[in-house]
Parts: sequence; structure tokens; C-alpha cells
Amino acid sequence: MHTEKEEVLSNIGSYEKRCDGFDWGVSKEILSWKDGELLNIGAICSDRVCARGWGDKPALVWEGFGDKKRTYTFDDLKLHSNGFAKLLVDIGIEPGDRVCVFMDRIPSLYFSFLGILKMGGVAQPLFCAFGDESLEVRLASAGTRAILTTQKHVKKVRKIKDRLPALEHVIVVEGDRSKLKDGEGFFHVESADRVEEFDVFPADPETPSVLHYTSGTTGQPKGAQHVHDSIWGQALTTSWVLDLRDDDVYWCTADPGWVTGTSYGIIGPWSLGVTQCVLDSGFTSARWYQFIQDHRVTVWYSAPTAIRSLMRDGEELAGKYDLKSLRHLASVGEPLNAEAVVWSERAYGLPFHDTFWQTETGSIMIANYPGMEIRPGSMGRPFPGIEAGLLDLKTHEELTEPGKVGLIAFRPGWPSMFRAYRGEPEKYRGRFVGARADATPDELRTDTGLWYVSGDRSSIDQDGYYWFVGRDDDVINTGGHLVGPFEIESALVEHEAIAEAAAIGKPDEVNMEVVKVFVTLNAGYEPSGDLELAIMNFIRKRLSPLAMPQEIEYVEKLPKTRSGKILRRYLRALEWGEDVGDLSTLEDD
Amino acid sequence: MDEMKDAILEYVADEYIDEDDEIELTADTALISSGIVDSFSMVSLRAFLEKKYDVRLPDGEATPDAFDTVNSIIALVQKHLG
Repeated sequence: MHTEKEEVLSNIGSYEKRCDGFDWGVSKEILSWKDGELLNIGAICSDRVCARGWGDKPALVWEGFGDKKRTYTFDDLKLHSNGFAKLLVDIGIEPGDRVCVFMDRIPSLYFSFLGILKMGGVAQPLFCAFGDESLEVRLASAGTRAILTTQKHVKKVRKIKDRLPALEHVIVVEGDRSKLKDGEGFFHVESADRVEEFDVFPADPETPSVLHYTSGTTGQPKGAQHVHDSIWGQALTTSWVLDLRDDDVYWCTADPGWVTGTSYGIIGPWSLGVTQCVLDSGFTSARWYQFIQDHRVTVWYSAPTAIRSLMRDGEELAGKYDLKSLRHLASVGEPLNAEAVVWSERAYGLPFHDTFWQTETGSIMIANYPGMEIRPGSMGRPFPGIEAGLLDLKTHEELTEPGKVGLIAFRPGWPSMFRAYRGEPEKYRGRFVGARADATPDELRTDTGLWYVSGDRSSIDQDGYYWFVGRDDDVINTGGHLVGPFEIESALVEHEAIAEAAAIGKPDEVNMEVVKVFVTLNAGYEPSGDLELAIMNFIRKRLSPLAMPQEIEYVEKLPKTRSGKILRRYLRALEWGEDVGDLSTLEDD
Repeated sequence: MDEMKDAILEYVADEYIDEDDEIELTADTALISSGIVDSFSMVSLRAFLEKKYDVRLPDGEATPDAFDTVNSIIALVQKHLG
């Protein structure tokens, strides 16, 4: 089975030939793009596919909990995204306004995302497991004018709405309309009047499209702003890395609250007119296998955390399902360990292909390609047209010697690169090595003499394969999601029992890292199991389950520099059994 | 047995379900596969069980399948109660 499948030539064909004389214009060829066509990601993913004659082709095959199943064609996608676009125009949303999508992976999430783009708005998808505090900082930063949510999640919006003066509209798109509060709107697109045609906003390549928030070491999360020009990067990488073809049934398991879920869970596959499946229910291995079997999924893009969970449940379980439809597997979110690659070949007859990219890059930058040798444990090689390199950890000089560890960096200029951190130009400039202090964002994103620094460390072997080493900062990568320690620490000290806190990532077999916190207690509080559980649930509800500490260590005092800054790297090094490094700045006892 | 069931049901209702969620929680209600409890939040549910019943639930057995209903959780806890 495996051999026969490999005989089919991949979309990318020869990697070397694709790199030779590469031009992003090849993406337009793949999309059969004609000069003068309307640029708008929302319309490219729906109206344009219909105009190519694929209107009755399934676009979204959806399953939710409780045996709910729906299939929507590209005609449906056009109609329902038009419905959302018209709604937003009718309530006064204007091009450039931020509109948050805050819901489970229900069909309306996908319709509304495209609808926002079609009317020129900026789609701001947020992970629906965020608690009210995580939601508030992101809506406040974005100056969000409208939020589309569900009866299940609107309660979190109600708690914070009074503190968000820019948030004028709260629209519930699913649930019981009789449960709405004053000032909230209800819009169920499938019951609303049909909007056959909508006058789509003609975007400029630099028109803002999607705003994704990502966590850093210090401060609150930053809004990485993307533009409609990103489509070329997303479509081409979808074709060459994920190898999607017209007759594929594709499943991207990522939530659109995160960038994978939009770049490759919406934009990439639908711009190419590919059918994709969405499973909106919790994870169990059996449920996932059943879903693949039922829908004859051919291409599967998932994450190491899920793959390791599937591994834990064993090959025997996989063998109970008919998974022969699968022909290509890929992974993203954190490094895919070699064992998982080898195991997937045994369990499914196919290896997972690791890919590397970030919220800021907008599309895949380094990958293992279909039809090309996989080196298990390696991230692969740079995408054609991407100039990648490693920079010395201290001097930021480019490293040329194989095996040396450096910072992964890219020369600016690829289409899906982020264009700004919303409202934080200094932080944006800080991501580019060699930038002038007065360089504008446009200069930064086009100056191919600079390096955009990713914040991840790696080495390169003599054949140009990248091997992940770790992050270069304190950000915690748990289950493929980045969590900022500052956010957790800020929330922890709001708990009545906690005086000071430090959050780090500790090693975890399934999630790569999980959150561990060190806390000192206020007078009158004693360490106890009850307090530990109370702290865990406090963070889970305020921030998110991802940010919830999975271990709490009570300490008498936290290690600090003489200037009073908590030394997370010291705690992290102790936790990981690594060299603690230079402690000359450590505060004396 | 009934006491354990009631205690776990109460904890799940208090911590993971809002009053107006309109979920009829029973010992057979799917928790993980329905999304009521996500895989990360499972950790706090596990911590509750280990503390309340003074048991250690091994990583290899504290799986999403084993935590999918209150009944399956009870079976797991009882196995390790000794």
C-alpha cells in the first residue's frame, strides 16, 4: 500500500529544482490566478472556488459532539460567509475594524471568518477555552469593535464588556436567543435571509486580514498582524508541503484560535478548493480513528502532542480501524520526536512529516517534504524561496559550521510574513537583527539584508537539515501552544494566598512542556493539597487550561537578581537538569 | 460507591459546568469526548481524585478514555484504592 502511494509524484516534485530560480509567482500559477482578479482571502476561499465550477463540491465536512453531522458545499460557504459579511456591514462595522471570532469549531466559525474578510474587516480568532482575563487583554489590545460568539461562551464576554469601551457589538451566533441580555444581538446564519451576492471588499496586498495573538516572555501577548498578500505563501506551502490535490479529503486538527487553524485549517486548503473535515469534540484516540475511517481522510495535519497520545494508546487500537485512505501525514506545533516518526510508519504505514513555522511567519518555513527523505527528529529543510540561517547566540553573526547551535533566522520578504505587532512598533523592530533604529515596518519586512529572528534554537547538519534544540526565551511551549510566563505570574499574584510567583515549562512526555509554578505564600496561608487545587482551577478559569500549572512548588523565597527580577532561567535550568549558567547577578541571601 | 459517584459528580458540576449550561450531568455523561473537560483540565480533575481518595493514578492509565465518564473514573480510582 505504502509503496504504491509513493510512486505517485508529489506536488513539489524535485526540491532542488523548485529552489532553483524560485519565484513566489508560482503560487499564482497553482491557483490559476489571472491578472486583475479581486484580491480578498474571504472571496478566494469561497466565491472564487464556486466561479471555477466547484460550487457543489463539499467544502466542509463537520462533526460535533452528540453525533451531529453536517456537510457544506463551496456554494454554502459562499452563501453563509456572505450572510456574515452583510450582517457586519448592516451593524456599521467598517473595513479595518477588528472582529473577534470566539467560539468552538462550529460551522459558523468558518463562515464568519470568511465573512469578516469579505467585508474588509480584520478577523481576530481567539481560542474559546480562554478565560475572561485572557480574553480581555486581547480584546483591549486589538480595540475590537465586535465579537461573534455563542451562548456557551458569551458569559465570559459579559464579565469584561464594561471595561472594553471599543467593544460595541456582542453577537451570539448559536444557542437560545431568549437567554440573551440587553445589548446583545442574535444571528443564526443558516436561518437568516439568504445573501446570494455580496459586494466583496477589494483588498490591497497590504490590507490587514487576520490578527493572531502570541505570547512572549515579558508583557502581555502581542497581536501579529497579517495581510491579504499572505494567501500566496499559504496556498503554495499547502500545495507543496501538505501535498493537497483536488480529490483529497483533508483534516487539520488545529483550532482556528491559533495560526495553524487559520493558515492551514481555512485559507490554504479552501483557496485550492480542497474538501476539509472538522471534528469539534474532545480528543480520544478511538474517536479520531473513527473520524478518519468514516470520512476517508487522505491528508492529515496534526500536532506532536496528539501523535504522542495516539502512540500511548498503541498500534493495536490503530489496527482496529480502516485507515488505508491516508496518503500523507504532517505535523506542527513543537518538534516531532524521532520515535513518533518511526512509530507512525509502523502504525499507519506512513511517516509524519515535521514542519516548522510560527504565528509571525504566517506559513511553513522549514519542512520535511513529500517524496523526500525524512530524517526522523529533524525539522527538515527551508521552503523554496525562504533564505534561512542560524545566528550566533550572542553576536548574531551567521553560523556556517554544521552542528553548531544558533538562533533560527529568516531573511525578510516572504508574502505571509506578519506586518506588525499591533501598537508595538519597537517590539516589531526588535525581531530584526541589523535594523536601523528608525526603520519603518515596511522597510523591515522588505529589507533582505536583515534577519528576522524566530526565538528558537537549532543546529543544521551538513546536508542542510535543521535540528531543533529549544527556545531562546522563557516562553512555555505546551502541547504546541505558546504560553507567556508573565501572564501566568500576573494572574497568580491576584490569588489571595500568593505573594510572589514564577512560571516555567517543565518537561512532559506528551506535551513537551507543561506549566510549573513556584510560589511564595502570604502570611496566614500554609501549603496544602486543597490550596494547590484551588490555585490550579483559579488559573484555568481566568486564563486557560493551557496556562493551568500542573505542578505547584511552595518556596520560602524566589531567586532574584540584585535588581529584584525573578530569575526564571535559574529555576528552569534546575528543573531540566541543565547548567544554571552565570549567577553573578543573583541576589545574596 | 454512590458516595464516590456523588462527590465526583459534584466536583465536575462545580468546576467545569456553568449553572446555565443546561447539561444534564450523569455518571454516563461524556466528559472528555464532549469537550466538557478538555485534556489539559483533566489534570486538575486527576489532582482532585488523587487528593480526595489518597491514590496515585499512573500516567499510562489516566487517559482521556479512562476519564471520559464518571463511571469510568470510578472504575479507575477503585482499581487503585487497593
